Amino acid sequence: MKISLTRRYRFAASHRLHSAEMSEAENQRVYGKCNNPYGHGHNYVVDVTLGGPVDPATGMITNLGELDPFVEREVIEAFDCKNLNEDVAEFRSVVPTTENVSREIFMRLKGYPGARLERVRIEETGKNSFEFDEASE
Amino acid sequence: MTRITRKVEFSAAHYYHNPNMSAEENRRVFGKCNNPHGHGHNYVLEVTIAGEPDPRTGMVLDLKELKDLLQREVVERMDHRNLNFEVPELEGKIPTCENIAAVIWQLLEPKIAQGKLDRVRLYESSELYAECTADANGAGRGA
Repeated sequence: MKISLTRRYRFAASHRLHSAEMSEAENQRVYGKCNNPYGHGHNYVVDVTLGGPVDPATGMITNLGELDPFVEREVIEAFDCKNLNEDVAEFRSVVPTTENVSREIFMRLKGYPGARLERVRIEETGKNSFEFDEASE
Repeated sequence: MTRITRKVEFSAAHYYHNPNMSAEENRRVFGKCNNPHGHGHNYVLEVTIAGEPDPRTGMVLDLKELKDLLQREVVERMDHRNLNFEVPELEGKIPTCENIAAVIWQLLEPKIAQGKLDRVRLYESSELYAECTADANGAGRGA
């Protein structure tokens, strides 16, 4: 039996889906209303999953007192109430789809010293979600 | 392979304290969860069974059987209890979400009559859950 722990975080951000490698018409066709040049936003929900083992002294895979400030510092401060295209350097050249946002968040968190990062899952809205895990790397 | 999942809820009290640590270290490691008067949660448990549907009944496992099993093994043992003092299976363990989920796995795993226990997901709140899954090789035993 394997064990993991999943903690939920939230941030709100704006973005625009637009690829410099495509024409205006193609961007419009591919991204539809997400290509609106003024941007739009979401309340993102981020589920961060860490793998065992459980420390017998604490009963924990990781101490949330360490995980929460790490995620706050590495992700939430950089993403919350920001424009992903303008304010996050990685998305100046990469389209901030939620596939790419989940990959970027995984990369920012994988150096967490307290436990092994297994998966980042993001709900962009209540109707869609995206996952990036160890095997995706 | 088909998976079926049943959800059940229970409410319980706990606090985190390791008698091998000093009072100061307990406070540092466990923070407000170290309050000796305890606190509580509405736990939400999702139990998933994997298997092939029986061709005669179309069921992996009769959900009524699973419901009764969860009532007997989990709800009656943990609902409206203090997990530090009233659940023998947690004795000597810090009753964290990880340890409670592992105990639930060990209680249920040998008692699944049809199909196999595939996943135990225990939500302490909507923001936190621990999950036990079968090993990749299919072996389910051990913590």
